[in-house]
Amino acid sequence: MASEEHAAEGATGYIVHHLTPLSVGEGFWTLHLDTLFFSAVLGALFIWFFKVAAEKATIGVPGTSQAFVEMIIEFVDQQVKDTFHGKSELIAPLGLTIFVWVFMWNFMDLFPVDILPLVASMMGMEYMRVVPSTDLNATFALSISVFLLIIFYSIKIKGVFGFAKELTCTPFGPWMMPFNLLLKLVEEIAKPISLALRLFGNLYAGELIFILIALLPWYIQPLLGFPWAIFHILIITLQAFIFMVLTIVYLSMAHEDH
Amino acid sequence: MSINATLIGQMITFTLLVWFTMKYIWPPLIGAIEERKSKIAEGLAAAEKGQEDMERAAKKAANVLREAKQQSADIVNLAQKRANEIVEESKGTAKQEGARMIEAAQAQIEQEMQRAQEQMRKEVSALALKAAGQILQQEIDNAKHKELLGKVSEQLGQA
Repeated sequence: MASEEHAAEGATGYIVHHLTPLSVGEGFWTLHLDTLFFSAVLGALFIWFFKVAAEKATIGVPGTSQAFVEMIIEFVDQQVKDTFHGKSELIAPLGLTIFVWVFMWNFMDLFPVDILPLVASMMGMEYMRVVPSTDLNATFALSISVFLLIIFYSIKIKGVFGFAKELTCTPFGPWMMPFNLLLKLVEEIAKPISLALRLFGNLYAGELIFILIALLPWYIQPLLGFPWAIFHILIITLQAFIFMVLTIVYLSMAHEDH
Repeated sequence: MSINATLIGQMITFTLLVWFTMKYIWPPLIGAIEERKSKIAEGLAAAEKGQEDMERAAKKAANVLREAKQQSADIVNLAQKRANEIVEESKGTAKQEGARMIEAAQAQIEQEMQRAQEQMRKEVSALALKAAGQILQQEIDNAKHKELLGKVSEQLGQA
């Protein structure tokens, strides 16, 4: 896994090097330090910015940061109100956290692909993959958390028996029980997998294209890099939004008692 | 690209973030937003009410103004009528007064004239007696010629 090895392979080596995480440990107990570090820093940034706004929150004329934060809050709140018709202390803050955090992960994609790895290599770190959402661990961590919440709320609202009944007796009635169960299991398990893979796929592909553009001669790079970056602004926002909305939808489905 | 313990670390971070957001970020902000919303709604309602009040007041003022105008016009009319009446009345009085004064003057003139005539008659009769006495060169006995003298003075008075 030495860098010389990759350097020898030219373009492929460059790409692979960029997509290899900085990791410690072996096997399952490997930790991707870059993913953990950047998502924690971004999370802290999010918490700090919103906490400051929340502390200074006034019902009078809001300041710039409060207005900005309130805009996001109202946007998320509206999404939750449109979709979820129960009362929950958790769903709206959960949606907010997912939206902002995922957006910030994705935003890392807009930094020039070589800058942060260069800084890292100066500090003696061989690999550096700065976009947490290009790490399956990060996206699955979100979607599995959401999945656990789905199960938790399904059982909490419908009871163990009610949830079991929903799994086995819908959509075709009790006589088709095994088939129903199979259908339902696929439906439920598809939720976290599709959530995680959609986000991962979009951002991984986006990052890959930035890396490919970086391999082109310097005079072509702005020509392609600029439009792609602009387009990518849309993608990163959209992916964060989709993740949030689907989370709200899944949780409101879990709250619905048939 | 393998799933590993990073996943667990990320889940912990995520849980902490959600917990913190739920506890310290969402409630104050959404509270401020809702409160401001209701405040704005109240303000708008108050503004609307104020507008209505103003319109009503303007209408009332217009009414009052119109009434006042009407009233002042009435008063002016009345005053004019009264003035005309007074003028007519004083005209009448003046005429009467004038007539009366003329009458009095005339009566006085008449009286004066009578008195003058009377005096003239007396003087003429005395003058005539004197003249007659001188002509006759004799004493006229008042007692003897009383009848004659009376006749003459009567004739003079008629002349």
